[in-house]
Amino acid sequence: MKPAVIAVCALLLGSAAAGAAEDALDGVMRSLAARRHGEADFIEQQFLALLKRPLESSGTLIYDAPDRLQKITREPRAETLLLEGDVLTVRRGHRSRVLDLKTYPQLLPFIGSLRATLAGDRAQLESMFRLEFSGSVAHWTLRLTPLDAELQQAVSRIQIDGTGNDLSRVEIRQPDGDRSLMTLRPHAAP
Amino acid sequence: MTRRTLVLAFWLAGIAAAAVVVSQARYLTDLSAFLPSHPTPMQRLLVDQLREGPASRLLLMALEGGAADERARVVSAMTGRLRADSAFSRVDDGEPLSAGRDRDFLLRHRYLLSDAVTAEHFTPDGLKLAIEDTIQSLAEPAGLLLKSLVPRDPTGEMLHILERGLGEGAPRQSHGAWSSADGTRTLMVAQTSATGSDTDAQERDIARVRAAFREAQAAAGPPASAIGLRMSGPGVFAVAARASIKQAAMRLSIISSVLVTGLLLVVYRSTRVLVLGLLPVATGGLVGVASVALGFGAVHGITLGFGVTLIGESVDYAVYFFIRSASGSWGRDLWPTVRLGMLTSVCGFATLLPSQFPGLAQLGLYSISGLIAAALVTRFVLPELVPSRFPIRDVTPVGLGLRRLRDAIRRRGTKALAAAALALALAATLVLHAHWGTLWNRDLAALSPVPLADQQYDAKLRADLGAADPRSVVVVSGPDLEAVLRGAERAGATLQSLVDDKVIGGFDSPAAFLPSAATQLARRRALPDEASLRDALHRALAGLDLDADQLEPFVLDVRAARSGALVTPQDLRGTSFAAGFDALILHASDRWTALLPVHVADDAGAREIDAERLAAAVGAARLPGTQVLDLKAETNALYSGYLHEAIRLSLAGGALIVVLLLVALRSPARVVRVLAPLLLAVIAVSAALALGGIRLTILHLVGMLLIVAVGSNYALFFDAEDAAGRDPSPQMLASLCLANLSTVIAFGLLSLSHIPVLDALGLTVAPGTFLALVFSAALTARGPPGKHA
Repeated sequence: MKPAVIAVCALLLGSAAAGAAEDALDGVMRSLAARRHGEADFIEQQFLALLKRPLESSGTLIYDAPDRLQKITREPRAETLLLEGDVLTVRRGHRSRVLDLKTYPQLLPFIGSLRATLAGDRAQLESMFRLEFSGSVAHWTLRLTPLDAELQQAVSRIQIDGTGNDLSRVEIRQPDGDRSLMTLRPHAAP
Repeated sequence: MTRRTLVLAFWLAGIAAAAVVVSQARYLTDLSAFLPSHPTPMQRLLVDQLREGPASRLLLMALEGGAADERARVVSAMTGRLRADSAFSRVDDGEPLSAGRDRDFLLRHRYLLSDAVTAEHFTPDGLKLAIEDTIQSLAEPAGLLLKSLVPRDPTGEMLHILERGLGEGAPRQSHGAWSSADGTRTLMVAQTSATGSDTDAQERDIARVRAAFREAQAAAGPPASAIGLRMSGPGVFAVAARASIKQAAMRLSIISSVLVTGLLLVVYRSTRVLVLGLLPVATGGLVGVASVALGFGAVHGITLGFGVTLIGESVDYAVYFFIRSASGSWGRDLWPTVRLGMLTSVCGFATLLPSQFPGLAQLGLYSISGLIAAALVTRFVLPELVPSRFPIRDVTPVGLGLRRLRDAIRRRGTKALAAAALALALAATLVLHAHWGTLWNRDLAALSPVPLADQQYDAKLRADLGAADPRSVVVVSGPDLEAVLRGAERAGATLQSLVDDKVIGGFDSPAAFLPSAATQLARRRALPDEASLRDALHRALAGLDLDADQLEPFVLDVRAARSGALVTPQDLRGTSFAAGFDALILHASDRWTALLPVHVADDAGAREIDAERLAAAVGAARLPGTQVLDLKAETNALYSGYLHEAIRLSLAGGALIVVLLLVALRSPARVVRVLAPLLLAVIAVSAALALGGIRLTILHLVGMLLIVAVGSNYALFFDAEDAAGRDPSPQMLASLCLANLSTVIAFGLLSLSHIPVLDALGLTVAPGTFLALVFSAALTARGPPGKHA
């Protein structure tokens, strides 16, 4: 075999290996995108340097395609967070606060990453983050690193673990060492 | 010197003097025409608000069309340009430009600005509660933004200040700019340095905004070409209204001049006579304006607007003069009748003089002096100027035709005509009675030249911006800033309880930006000394997940605040709070006023504030120097007062006319015959307007006065002929008809203007004077036709 041919074969093999991960990522994204509605109970722990113990909260996460994400916190105190389009509405008691994500871009990675993943919107994820995928369609891990310098000040890395089209764990690390960990338990599909 | 030279010299000297006065006069185009001549403090405040208040300086801008991010870019460029322009005291588009300075200000002064600061707040229990709350806030996304603040502000004063007031009611944001809730409009707000009543300045400032828009749009390139700018606000309305009135008045006066001169030219057949015929009107107008300038010190634009009313009567004088002097009977027969007609009108208008409504009082003086001048010119100047023989068209055939028409009517018999008149009067009275409750329009907005669609768009923009509808304002007056700030704090406590009861949605207060010194002192005194704070903090943190040494910056900040200076208005400079504060504090000579605009409760679905409950609550709190100003109700009350006064004065004018006619004619029967047709015309027109669903305004009332003023000439002519035992000559009938035709043309055109003020006059005067002529012809004589002939 001529060296040139070997080189071409090696190239093909190499791209085939890369292609497998790509295919699995596309597969996960497709399966996530196919889902129009999902609900999961969550437990979130925030590890803050300021605090001696992690801050814990729990509630339900509800997603409706294409861009509606609702985070209903019940413990330790009731609060609803609704992301619809670019508008984030935080409601606590009878007071509500409306934030535009375009105005507070530092909030975007925290909740936008989750929504884009749930939507299976790879293009949107890639517009904000560098993606690293590992695992298979059945068990996968997606690591997101912000592309933007401004976003990097808010978030250093996000890791999302999932099985099939369910998310099981979301970890967000901030540059100051603080991190939050959300564990999800999906409701059975209706 | 001949008589001719004397008369002309006198006349020219008068005109010259009047011209000098007119050219030197001050002309007011603002709302002061509506300010009562002896205002109550509340009315003064009301008009000041409308004229100069912050609400009057507001320009609302909306960009529509194109993509939202393009709009935001254009708005941001416009904002930059307009902020550099001293014509605008404030320009906002939601861009957090001064966010850094705002944050520094709030952070530095948080312990003086936060109403949570009390002695209890710094006890171990109070601290524990506040710190627990702050820790919980960290779990939410906005809390993440505040994370770095916790060591300095563990009690969450910053969040508290922002949530209670300063940050409230902010519009939605999109792409870093304000946006309507549906995202179709990108918004910005500017406050002009000039007052809202300075229409010239407003016009200039609006042009600057448009120029800034065009420039920003051009700089943004083709993607921005689909974007359109719409503006609203009191200044925009005032400018548009002035332009449309000017335009309509110009267009209509050109059309009516062409028509009336054309008509007169057909009859006079000489441009010289035509020009001479306009002398009485021109002299009258000039003298009228000069008298108002001398009598009132300044002339309201609205008076000049009403000035068209003069045409109605004084053009007639020349018509009577030319047609009758052609038959050589002017001085002998006609002048006494014209004089009496003029005096009748003067009586009618004289009753407007004591009106509290300066616009109406000026109209009275303008009309009286103008009519007298026009009549005098007709009587003394015209005969000196007309050529001895002038080629006036022979109107006898027309007059004969008219006479046949009149005879045909009158042959039905006096009794039958009187019965018909009574029947008509009865029908009209019944109609008026049926519509009595809704006959008069007491809403000043009825006179507003702003189209309803524009008013609705304005309301939409205000809702988008969360801008307080400047309708209900709690007003606190006092001798100095500290007094009104303390008053505003007390009123704020009352208003807050109404917010809690959901009676109102919220309110703005200058004390939210700058608490009174008394309050600041109380808060400063509530701050513990360092040792007590450390002790309390140590105990509060037991059982919490926070270490005391993390909170060292907090201890230092409290120590600094304890010995720091109080916040002054100067500290607000450079922050975005300065504009908010300035808008709510008025200062004139020795009077300070704090304004607390009240917001509508947003969830109740109510579009209006429950003004009664608001007034009752504020009244019950017995706050000194504090009042609720319901701008709309107050304005309407003012206008309604004018309307009632005008109705009363008009009735008094009617009585005065009766007395005048009784003295002049020395016969009650003749007075009845003269007045019956005029009264009938007035009530018939009012009834027709009521049937047409038109509610009468003060301008309709002025129109009715004009019907009487103009119509009295007609009725008096018929009466004079009747008293002299003659049938009216064909020339007289023709001249009356010509005079009426020109009046109907001039006023009929006004009714096509779509401007409420002009519409009302036109719709009343045109048909009214015509009816007055017909009724006078039919009713003002004793016997059947041909009796005298």
